[in-house]
Formats: sequence, structure tokens, C-alpha cells
Amino acid sequence: MSLELREIHKHFGPVRANDGITLTVETGTLHGLLGENGAGKSTLMKVLSGFHSADSGEIVLDGKQIKLASPHDAIAAGIGMLHQDPLVFLPFSVIDNFVLGSPGAWRLDRRAAEIELNELCERYGFNFDAHTPVRLLTVGERQQLEIVRLLWLGARVLILDEPTTGISADQRSKLFATLKALAAEGMSVIFVSHKLEEVADLCQRVTVMTRGKVVGEAELPTPPERLVEMMFGQVIEIQDRSDVGLGVSHLELDSIQTASGLLSEEPISLDVKSGEVIGIAGMEGSGQDTFLRLCCGMRAPMKGTVAITGDDLTGKHYREFLNANVKYLPAGRLEEGLIEGLTITEHFVLTGQDTSFIIDWGAARKRAKELIDDYGIKGTENSTAESLSGGNQQRLLLAMLSEDLKVLLMEHPTRGLDIESADWVWEQLLARRQEGTAIVFASADLDELLRYSDRILVFFSGRIIGELDAAATNVDEIGLLIGGRSLGAEAAASS
Amino acid sequence: MNRARITTLALPILVVLGSVVVLLILAGTNPWDPIRIIVEGSIGWPPFEGGSARKVGDTFMVWVPIALASAGLIVTFNAGMWNIGIEGQIIMGAIAAALVAREVSAPRPLLILLAILAGAAGGMLWGLLVGVLRTAGGVNEIFGGLGLDFVALSITTYLIIGPWARSGVASTSGTNPFPDNALLPSLGGSKLSPLAVAIAVLALLGVWTLFRGTLYGLKLKAVGRNRSSAFLMGIPTNRYLLGAFAICGALAGIAGTSQALGLHFKLIPAISGNFGFLAILVVLLARFQPIWVAPISFFFAMVAVGGPGLSLRLGLHGSLGGVLQGVLVLSAMLGLGWAAYLTRRRAMTESGVSSG
Repeated sequence: MSLELREIHKHFGPVRANDGITLTVETGTLHGLLGENGAGKSTLMKVLSGFHSADSGEIVLDGKQIKLASPHDAIAAGIGMLHQDPLVFLPFSVIDNFVLGSPGAWRLDRRAAEIELNELCERYGFNFDAHTPVRLLTVGERQQLEIVRLLWLGARVLILDEPTTGISADQRSKLFATLKALAAEGMSVIFVSHKLEEVADLCQRVTVMTRGKVVGEAELPTPPERLVEMMFGQVIEIQDRSDVGLGVSHLELDSIQTASGLLSEEPISLDVKSGEVIGIAGMEGSGQDTFLRLCCGMRAPMKGTVAITGDDLTGKHYREFLNANVKYLPAGRLEEGLIEGLTITEHFVLTGQDTSFIIDWGAARKRAKELIDDYGIKGTENSTAESLSGGNQQRLLLAMLSEDLKVLLMEHPTRGLDIESADWVWEQLLARRQEGTAIVFASADLDELLRYSDRILVFFSGRIIGELDAAATNVDEIGLLIGGRSLGAEAAASS
Repeated sequence: MNRARITTLALPILVVLGSVVVLLILAGTNPWDPIRIIVEGSIGWPPFEGGSARKVGDTFMVWVPIALASAGLIVTFNAGMWNIGIEGQIIMGAIAAALVAREVSAPRPLLILLAILAGAAGGMLWGLLVGVLRTAGGVNEIFGGLGLDFVALSITTYLIIGPWARSGVASTSGTNPFPDNALLPSLGGSKLSPLAVAIAVLALLGVWTLFRGTLYGLKLKAVGRNRSSAFLMGIPTNRYLLGAFAICGALAGIAGTSQALGLHFKLIPAISGNFGFLAILVVLLARFQPIWVAPISFFFAMVAVGGPGLSLRLGLHGSLGGVLQGVLVLSAMLGLGWAAYLTRRRAMTESGVSSG
């Protein structure tokens, strides 16, 4: 079944998640959709599976234009989506999950369904018992269950959104074998991923998306460098780092490790000096935010120590880190940083030095006005946080930082900002560095990482797979590491 | 006040008046009669002149617990908590006050002071229990509160038919009346206790000040609106949640004290009068503003005291007052939802325009 998307537009408020996407998937192909997080892949797939309706654009299936108002419409048209976290009902049994989405409201023939389930499982080499509760299944098995369920419902286009997250290597090869078999039977498979290697292994064709647009298409195999270039673009010139003398250690991690999940495989040690900038690269969910939370005391490591300016604060409460002038600014400005409904003045009162019980509103408003001027926030002292634009929210967050900051941990300092605000943010951060603050920031923007970092840590699958000197590396090297490959491995493979 | 705000305040009142008029016409009555009867039965006709001091006193003594509970709920609502446990907190306040009234002998002013403090402590304990279940046990405050409401109710019933049973009679109609020495001092000929009214007014003023001018109130608001952000700012969020439950519980406990020592003069099974649940509705209608709580509570107090007169005078069922309350609250919720929808739609249009 061939599938065509024409000029799909979808925006959320001011964010253009899909900005005129045109894409064709031929019958019986494995089509990769590659792109960074936030590139708009998931939005596009949600449009295609009826979760979102597009603002404009057409979806054409086998030459016929179709309208998808709900996931129900999509599956009726033969489009099935396997979500990143399989949508299963944990307390239910395998068979109950299997029949849940079946059409019709009243008649339920479990026995007939079970026979069909077993046939499908046999055909694709899956084996699980129909009566096991789904919570006992591994993530990989839950995926298998979803796949046979979608096939049973008549899916002829199968969408898989980052399906290899959280499954074992064994299950991955099984999944890939299944997908290849399905494609050979004439199924169109769309494989959404940020992992270069997997797309290269599995797919016959790949479309690369960046910032809501299609930036390239290629038949596979193709050299990975080309894919990296499509994903991240060519680097523009890199500014000279004005040399800031490094001072004492502000953040010292000694062999820290979590108990399970991300960052549990190998211990991490890092020493960040006063005036140093560390960039963190990696696809979202590779362990960066766990790492930053370990650095600021929101999580305690199972092993190892965390010291701030020489004081061992391992296992201490987040507020002790805060008192030691460590500040964490997560990516969600309005979710984890600002408070909806409170004014700019109230934000400054909450984070200010004045702790008297009765608030002096006159003085508070005066101070707010000064800070609004100093930080160029477009808003008044009575503006609420949510009424500010993203750039002004970031300005407000920076204005709320205390003066003598030792360590600043930041996620995506300039995500979603226009160029002017982004430059301004870095002016502020570099001024902080000049004053001796150690900065650790995670970013998906390789230019930003290369331009401002002294060192770059690359995270992949819950561990650090590379520590690079920012002055001696380039976009290609980081891009490959982010995709889980290294230049060395590449050379070895091609020789 | 902007237009949306006025709409949300006016809409429920218009809807409720409209529905009541329709209901009354359907019941074959002149719509004006019941309103007059409620006013006459609660504060007299013309208001505060023609009626008896007894009715006015009753109305005020119903106003006191509703206003106190509402003041407390403003605190928990601002902290982002649905304190459904307020009923139990009122009941435990009444039980603690009753204990002092029955068991302690002291000069009257001291005894009354002790009873009020005991009531506050009883309510606070019950409130903190909800808070601890929430912060340490991960039990949603709605379910924890509801459970503790039933526990409190069972304790009252047990006390009334058990250890505090009236001598010689096994009855659920209540305990023996408290000694006169323990009753709240009232104005002659009515139950109106200036002390209770003063405490309720102070509580409303206190809550207004708390959120208007204090750092504690601002931090509570921050915790209620966004716990993650508040935590990242260094606010001990759990401590503030417990603080909110403690304040609300104490005010509810005093409401219970007023019920026991100022209105019923004994412990009865329905000692809370459901005023805790009513207060939730009052606070929603008042949109969390202490200033609006005072008149809205008074309106509900009038309906509560004057409503039963409807059946005697017009042959309408006494529960009409309850129907009226229900319609009012539902339309208020509708108004709030509508306002939220309008705001959201406006925000979306604006962002659409600015991006386009």
C-alpha cells in the first residue's frame, strides 16, 4: 500500500512542528524517518495515525485521499501505529489487550481471537501465553503483542516510533527480522528513529527531518557522514573562545553511578573548574537529565561522591546544593522553573534575598522594574509568567539567578528562542563564566555546543561514550557519536 | 474587573435565578413568595427589623462555621489541595471542644478559651493526618480526607451512644447538654455569639492578609500552582502542604467548636451540619477571594435557616433550598469552565495571530 503525504502543516501555538512536509512511502518498503528530537517526526506520525489533525495538507493512500479524525479512522484505513511506549493495559491479560481495539462494541469472541492471535504469533515466531497478564511481559514482548494486534486489525501501513528504546539486543534483531518479513509481504513500514545505525541496518530509504521540514532523502546504503550532514547541517565558523583562566574545582564527580536504568552501567567522573563550560550532547533521553539531576542533588547516586567547591555533598538534599550556589534550570521553563499565574514581581520575591514575613510590595515592584530593565524583559512587573514569550521567560529565569553562582546546570539554554534572544542568553552565560561560574549545559544544537563549550560529553544509551575537546572536534565526529558510532569504528568498518 | 470576570460572576446568579423562577412557576407558586419567606425566616422582613432576634442569631451562628471553613479552604485550595477532609476536621474540632466542655471545670472565660484551643487542635490534627497521608504515604488528599470524614463521623456516633450516652437513654439524638459554663456567651434572647462572629471575621481577614502580603502565603501559592518549580526554587514543598492542612484544620476545628458550644449546645451525630462540604462550594463561588466568602456564606446561611419555612408556608418541600444550592453551584462551575475556555481560546487566537 503506497502512502503519500502532501504539504502537511501542523502548528502548536507559535511552534511550527510540521512545516509543509511532503513524503512518499512505497508499497513493501522499509522507510526510515530520521531526525533530532523536536524535529517534528513524532508530530508527523501522530498526524498520520489520527492523533492530531493537520492544519492543512493531504494524506493519500493508494491514490485515494483520506481524512483521519481519530486513531480509529487511521486503523480503519489500514494505518497502524506502534508507540514508543507500547499502549497496553498492564493489569489486563495478553488476550484482553489483543481484543480491546477490535471493532464492534458488544460481541466479544475471545476464543476465536485467541486462535488468530496464536496463528499470527506462530507466523512471526513470537511466543507468549494469551492468558499472562501483560505486566509480566518485557517491553519487547509488549511491542510484539502490539504488532500482531495491529496486523489483526488489518494494518497495511505500520508506523514504529523509536521502537528500539528499552528493548534488548536479541529482541531488537527479532523485531528487525519481523519488519523485514512484513515488508517482503507488501507491508509499508515507517521506522522513526534518531539512531543512524539502526536506520542504516534496516531501511531501504530514509527521509531526514529538521525543524519541522524535510531536509533530505536518500536511498540506503549511503555513507553515514552524509546523513549526519543532513541532520545537523554544515558548521558555520566557530568563534574564538576568549581565554578565561580556570579556577578551583566547583563541581567534582567521583565515580558516580545510579542503581538501575540510565547511568548505571559504568561510573562517571568529572571535574568542572570555575570558569569552565561543559557541553552535553546526545539524543534526548540518553541520560543527560539524570546526569544533571545527580549534579544538583535532586537524585542521589548509588555509588560515588559529588562535591561542590570542595565540600562533599553526596546524598544531601537538593536545598543544600542550592545553598551551596548550585542552580539547575531544566528545559521546561514553564513546567520546572516559572510558576503560571504568578507575576514577575512575585517571582523575584520568591527567589530574592529578603526573607521577611511581610512582603514590602513597594520595594519588590521597584526591584522588579530594575531587573526587567537590566535583563531587557519585554513585560511589566505585573505580567504573569505564562504571558511572556519563550525568550522573555528565559530572561526572567536568568534574572532570578543568585549573584554568586558556583555551578549552573542548564538544559537547552536557547531552545525555541529567536537568534537575538539566543545570543543575549549566551552573553549572559559568558558573563557569568567570567565571574567564575562553572557551566554545564545540555543542548541538541551542535553549533551551540561547539561554539561555547570547552569540553563536550556525548551521551548515548545511558552512558558517556565520548569526552571531546571542543576546540579539536567537529560536527561529524559529534554527530556520529550521538548516533552511537565513532569515527574509528567507521574507518574499521569501511576498510 | 474585566468582562470575562463579570460574566463568570453574573452568569451563575442569572442562571440560578432563572431556574428557580421556572421551578417555582412549575410548582404553581408566585416566584416572589419563597424568596420573601427565606429572607423573613432567616433575618426577618424587612431585613433585620421585622424578624425575631432568635432567627437572626441562628443565621449568624450558621454563617460562622461556613465562613471559618471557607477561610481554611482558601488556604488549602491555594496550596493546590482539595481538602474534602474538611468535614472530618470540623467534627474532630467539635469532639475536642466537647471533651473540654464535659470534663474540665474552670472559670468560664478560661474554659471557653481552652475549648476553642482544643477544637482548633482537634481539627488541626485531623487535617495534618490528611497531609501526612498525602506527603508521606502518597494517598491522594481527596481519598484520604473522605476516609477520615467517615472515621470522624463514626467516632461521634460511638461517643453519643457509648461513653457519652445520655443517662438512662440509648439515643442517637445527642449527648446531654453541656454545662452552661462551657457555652459560648451570646446576646440575650438569641444564640448570636459576638465572640464566634469576631473569630470568623478575623479568620477571613487573616487569610486575606496571608495571601495579600506575606511571604508564607506567596510560597504556598507557588507550591499550589507548580510544585516542581517551587521545589526548584528551594521551597520545602511538603512542609508547606502540611502547613496548609494545619491552618485549614485549625479553622475547621474552631467551626466545629462553634457548632457544639454555640448552636447545638451538645454533641449530635450531624454536628458538622455538612457545612464543610457547603464551604467548598462557597469558596468555588467566591473564586478563592476571602472578601466574597463573607456575603456568599451569609446567603447560604439564610437559605439554611429560612429554607425549612418554605414547606410550612407554601406547601413546597423543604428540600427546595438544597435544590437551589445545587443549581447555584453547578452554574458557578459552568461559569468557571466557560471562562477558562474563553481565556484558552483567546490565548490560542493571539498566538496564532502573532505567529501568522
